[in-house]
Amino acid sequence: MHPAPSVIIFTTCSGLGFGLLFFLGLGQPAVTGFVAFVFYVIAYALAVGGLLASTFHLGHPERAWKAFSQWKSSWLSREGICAVAALIVMALYALGAVFLHSHWTVLGWIGALLSLATVFTTSMIYTQLKTVPRWNMNLTPAMFLSFSLAGGALLAGAEALAPWLLAIAGAVQLAYWAQGDGAFARAGTTLGSATGLGDRGNVRAFEPPHTGTNYLLREFVHVVGRKHAQKLRVISLGLAFALPLLLILIPVSGLVVKHIFALLAVLSHLTGVVVSRWLFFAQAEHVVGLYYGKR
Amino acid sequence: MTQLPQSTERKMGLVIDLDTCVGCHACVISCKGWNTENYGVPLSDQDAYGANPSGTFLNRVHSYEVQPAEGPAQLIHFPKSCLHCEDAPCVTVCPTGASYKRVEDGIVLVNESDCIGCGLCAWSCPYGARELDVAEGVMKKCTLCVDRIYNENLPEVDRVPSCVRTCPAGARHFGDLGDPDSDVSKLVAEREGMDLMPEMGTKPVNKYLPPRPKDQIEEQIDILAPLLAPVAEEPKGFLGWLDKTLEKL
Amino acid sequence: MTIQQPQIDTSPKVSDEVRRTTCYMCACRCGINVHMKDGKVAYIEGNRDHPVNKGVLCAKGSAGIMQVNAPSRLRKPLRRVGPRGSGEFREIEWDEAISTAVGWLNELHETAPQKLAFFTGRDQSQSFTSFWAQNFGTPNYAAHGGFCSVNMAAGGIYTMGGAFWEFGQPDWEHTKLFMLFGVAEDHDSNPIKMGIGKIKKRGARVIGVNPIRSGYNAVADDWVGITPGTDGLFILSLIHVLMKAGKIDLDYLSRYTNAPVLVNAAEGPEKGLFLRDSDGKPLVIDRVTGEPTAFDKPGVRPDLSATYEKDGITHRPVFHLMAEKYISDDHAPEAVAERCGISSKRIRAIAAEIARVAFDEAIELDHEWTDFRGETHSKMIGRPVSFHAMRGISAHANGFQTCRSLHVLQILLGTVEVPGGFRFKPPYPKPVEAHPTPHGDRRPGRPLEGPHLGFPRGPEDLLLDECGTPQRIDKAFTWENPMSSHGLMHMVISNAAVGDPYKIDTLFMYMANMSWNSSMNTKGVMEMLTARNEDGKYVIPKIIYSDAYSSEMVAYADLILPDTTYLERHDCISLLDRPICEADAAADAIRWPVVEPDRDVRGFQSVLIELANRMNLPGFTNEDGTPKWKDYADYIVNHQRKPGIGPLAGFRGENGEKQGRGEVNPDQLNRYIENGGFYVAHIPEGADYYKPWNTAYQDWAVDMGIYDSPQPYLFQLYSEPMRKFQLAAEGHGDRQPPEHLRQRIKDTMDPLPIWYETDQQGNDGFTVNALTQRPMAMYHSWGTQNAWLRQLHGRNPLYVPTKLMREHGLQDGDWAKVSSPHGEITVPVMEMAALNDNTVWTWNAIGKRKGAWALQEDAPEATKGFLLNHLIHELLPPKGDGQRWANSDPITGQAAWFDLKVKIEKAEAPSDAESQPEFGPITSPVGTGPKDLAWKVGK
Repeated sequence: MHPAPSVIIFTTCSGLGFGLLFFLGLGQPAVTGFVAFVFYVIAYALAVGGLLASTFHLGHPERAWKAFSQWKSSWLSREGICAVAALIVMALYALGAVFLHSHWTVLGWIGALLSLATVFTTSMIYTQLKTVPRWNMNLTPAMFLSFSLAGGALLAGAEALAPWLLAIAGAVQLAYWAQGDGAFARAGTTLGSATGLGDRGNVRAFEPPHTGTNYLLREFVHVVGRKHAQKLRVISLGLAFALPLLLILIPVSGLVVKHIFALLAVLSHLTGVVVSRWLFFAQAEHVVGLYYGKR
Repeated sequence: MTQLPQSTERKMGLVIDLDTCVGCHACVISCKGWNTENYGVPLSDQDAYGANPSGTFLNRVHSYEVQPAEGPAQLIHFPKSCLHCEDAPCVTVCPTGASYKRVEDGIVLVNESDCIGCGLCAWSCPYGARELDVAEGVMKKCTLCVDRIYNENLPEVDRVPSCVRTCPAGARHFGDLGDPDSDVSKLVAEREGMDLMPEMGTKPVNKYLPPRPKDQIEEQIDILAPLLAPVAEEPKGFLGWLDKTLEKL
Repeated sequence: MTIQQPQIDTSPKVSDEVRRTTCYMCACRCGINVHMKDGKVAYIEGNRDHPVNKGVLCAKGSAGIMQVNAPSRLRKPLRRVGPRGSGEFREIEWDEAISTAVGWLNELHETAPQKLAFFTGRDQSQSFTSFWAQNFGTPNYAAHGGFCSVNMAAGGIYTMGGAFWEFGQPDWEHTKLFMLFGVAEDHDSNPIKMGIGKIKKRGARVIGVNPIRSGYNAVADDWVGITPGTDGLFILSLIHVLMKAGKIDLDYLSRYTNAPVLVNAAEGPEKGLFLRDSDGKPLVIDRVTGEPTAFDKPGVRPDLSATYEKDGITHRPVFHLMAEKYISDDHAPEAVAERCGISSKRIRAIAAEIARVAFDEAIELDHEWTDFRGETHSKMIGRPVSFHAMRGISAHANGFQTCRSLHVLQILLGTVEVPGGFRFKPPYPKPVEAHPTPHGDRRPGRPLEGPHLGFPRGPEDLLLDECGTPQRIDKAFTWENPMSSHGLMHMVISNAAVGDPYKIDTLFMYMANMSWNSSMNTKGVMEMLTARNEDGKYVIPKIIYSDAYSSEMVAYADLILPDTTYLERHDCISLLDRPICEADAAADAIRWPVVEPDRDVRGFQSVLIELANRMNLPGFTNEDGTPKWKDYADYIVNHQRKPGIGPLAGFRGENGEKQGRGEVNPDQLNRYIENGGFYVAHIPEGADYYKPWNTAYQDWAVDMGIYDSPQPYLFQLYSEPMRKFQLAAEGHGDRQPPEHLRQRIKDTMDPLPIWYETDQQGNDGFTVNALTQRPMAMYHSWGTQNAWLRQLHGRNPLYVPTKLMREHGLQDGDWAKVSSPHGEITVPVMEMAALNDNTVWTWNAIGKRKGAWALQEDAPEATKGFLLNHLIHELLPPKGDGQRWANSDPITGQAAWFDLKVKIEKAEAPSDAESQPEFGPITSPVGTGPKDLAWKVGK
């Protein structure tokens, strides 16, 4: 799949933003006033910024409001509804925290759940696609959720939870790769089944239908950079989880140093997740590539 | 409306004969012509006279080589467009309801004025049947020429998809695959028509007729008696045979 | 379901109006319905009523809308301002263009008409363009047949009075076995696809003989990946097996062919010619009387076997000579298998299948008919085996004899003009005797005495002057290629460049991309077109060119006469020329301006008429000096070749009720337009098979104006005209070949089909066959500019068989250097498994010159695309005697494109990743096309 910057930014940022909102909704940290304002600005900047980025890959963003209608069947529609609901609920909750210095616990829990649900619906947009076996796995939502929680915890400064969540997310990431690498083969879709010609002999794609490129190839077939996948995985794992873990576990003295380390941990995590998401798309092979002799 | 109908009154679709398709691309261009001028926005072309021409097409002809265990490799031309699946994932994923499957005939269509161009329907389609038009930012796909097949401004004989009407080799057939007595259903039964990627569970309406076995002549024909039993080994003997045979004529 | 699905308009208005005309996206001439909206072309589909395509239409046809609106269309007459080849022009008015051309041409017409060489490429108005050239008085006229398929056409006409494609077709309704040889995907386009579809539906077998298994060969039930150039060997082996097994139609051979005709065995100038009676009629032995009798005497039963003793000499019939030749072990499958690349078992299996279908599955139609000897037959016997072949067998230096071999195979089986076999389309069958001989006299100010092109009957018809110098610039109808019935367009520029046989003044060409894909030795041709004498003037002083598009050739002309596109013009696809007939009907068609040009361009044929009128060319001028026709449309309606016979056969006579023969009808074009742009005259039942011998057909053909009198004839298994050339080479007669050609003529002009190895002199080390094909969706260079079609084929790799890929360590996308004795190219490769193990190939004419066709200079056609033409020379490598022989068939002069042998080596990708050789860009006289397209003319 084409690793479009818009979807990489979207899934990374909104995952992180909603992760932070999740923790804020649970009152972790239980901040109020200006400090709360800063936290919510960060959370909304990430969540809304991510959502806005996602509209860049739309042909008609001005019609995006129509996307709320099909919640019965469409995960994308559900995501939109969840996101808006989460943002509204958390906005109310934030109002209380920032201006009234009060935490409306029930509202916060609802907001937290909606935030998590948003991340889950986002992940289901990918998970539901049988056409991309590497995504069509239970580990896909697990990965999105664990990343969101780990990132959220990191941002929220949930010192107790963050190391555990980072470790879990790292483990899920490893499991995802391990399972994902065999997913296409396990799905059983081959050029033989794609053409129905498999029982006649070995099928090989000869000339493509057009000598130039097309939407499908641009969107679904991305082979550039895949050969660096193993290196990128190490980098991603290191930046997203190992380094942040190290940075928050190193005992340091002084609030400034601590905050600098925390900031570095967040930036490292963010970069690592971006790399992971790049791999998430770039390594995902759509079955339609078979028709073109490419994956 | 992105939920799929429980069932459709008819299952209109195409039957494509891989035994006969010569790979001429007539269907591709006829489709381009009709659908540029008709249903929805035109099928645009980018860099039309430049280095990377790339346009929207609703139907494309691939080609594959099959190497059997015995005998020479075979080349098979393979036209592919929307298969109008019964369980069309492209419909259910659509967030706006722009994608839908018609109750009356099962045709999968995009209501372009509702399409936000998110591309998810194309992601969900295993067949590569949907292409986002770059100029207009909406999803384009085979309409089964819904603006031809019922069109009262066309003579009845022409109320078929443009790819079917134009196919020189007659490798494309159109009809109701939900009716077991239709010509297309009979053809599918007789020639053991097949589904593409059945494991995807999409239940495509369009069927493909497999190529007949090839390169069997040496097994099928007895090259000796009586067909090729020599009447003589030498020209002289041949002339003797000739005389005798002419006597009998 | 509670939500309503959208309401859509399923009955939108399709168009304001449908205008029916004839396609010209290739040479197939299908009928098209052009849907108009607001006066613009909105959509093009096939015309269901049309005899050629019956509603279907290929990719090219449907892409016509992109052709009519192509940015590469020329817009105005052009006069060269830069050096030749630069592409620098200034736009001029038509007045200036016409007067410039008249200024150049009129003097030649009046003083030395042969100094004009007028050649047309993909011309569908040859009966008109040749008429113009004939009246101009130049002997130098031909169309492109010499480098296309003259072997096929001439081989067919000399053998049986017609060939494939426009001459005839398989009986698609009845055939049970269809075998096609060397058919590129475009010859011919829709009818073959429709036919294959039809017979496959019936489960009939298709056998494809072609080194490349693409297109029609891909759907063939059995593919014979033959070694290029050995088709004749394979066919003669089939003949060997079938004759030896007695699986031949003796009755048919005795009645309808010259198999029983007696051949003179007496030593001397008549040896090998037919014994004839005092009326000149060939003699056969009548089985009833045992006496030599004229072949066509009523009631005669020709004897295939009997010999004739006279003066102690035994004269034997043709069939004896055939038995001797073909039953010989030289033709046994085992003897040819290795050279053909086909196992002997497979050859036998194919022969057996042919025999089984022809004889065990014979069909009978209950149609009574009467033959030319007056005998009435109650049934028509059909042998349902049919064949089709095209350039793959004809574009070899042994192509003429190979084509003859295939026709002889059909005739031995009795499958020609019978149900289920091969059927002629009017005006064919037409024996050699009904065709003209060539004419090449040069008489200033006066027309040629007859048509340029024809069918020589013997050395007396060669176009040589008293001292043996060729009369034509292309040396057609000379000892080098005596039966060159289509001329040799591929030799015109190279001969003119060296002034051999003489210098010319003006080269005038139409629709022929000679500086690119239509020439062998493309680079050499560019050099010849730009070569200068010591005085700095061009060796070919003046070049006039007409084309509708900015092709590569435009840059090499001094004066450009911009033609219209096919939807903006009048044309006629005439029975005098290459009509659209079917086996069941005579038919012709027109084109008419369904849209008016939006540029300052004119139909080329109308321009020719204007030139003729300005020069007062005879034939174009009334006795009072006024012009006969003002434009081509006027000519189409009012010209009469013979009284009552004109370019169009339909709607003749005052009321438009006559067909074939009839007075001029001023309303004729309107009647054609009302009728869909064509006219069909059906052949009555009972006259529709056995046409060469069927009295009912012959009478119908006379009524139609196809013949002036019935022309029954025998199929020429044994070709007497060829024997006459051979006799000359043996030293008989006044007209003698030059010594260096004597042996070759003796060897190649065998009156019975033979196979010989093509001349591989100088090919040591070049062992791989290299071929080209045209993609079905594209035709010559025209299609490459087409915004829709160029997306299908925007570049052309060299397809290399798996075996050679492995041997050379090649993978898809790698580059290879391909060299021949003449040149080298460096090109990208792609693996193909369904390909002869020792053959590489590519699509023809996708490669483009930078700056041509309004494409941007970085278009893949110009960067990755390439021509194989650079590897092919119009001459073979030098021989020991210093002579360089033409790379052509020694009988017809057909360009032997497919004899090319190459060497292939893995190469580094060129530094700019562009195919080599590269040529500098030419200045586009029309700029380049727009970036994006979204073509919708309706609201």
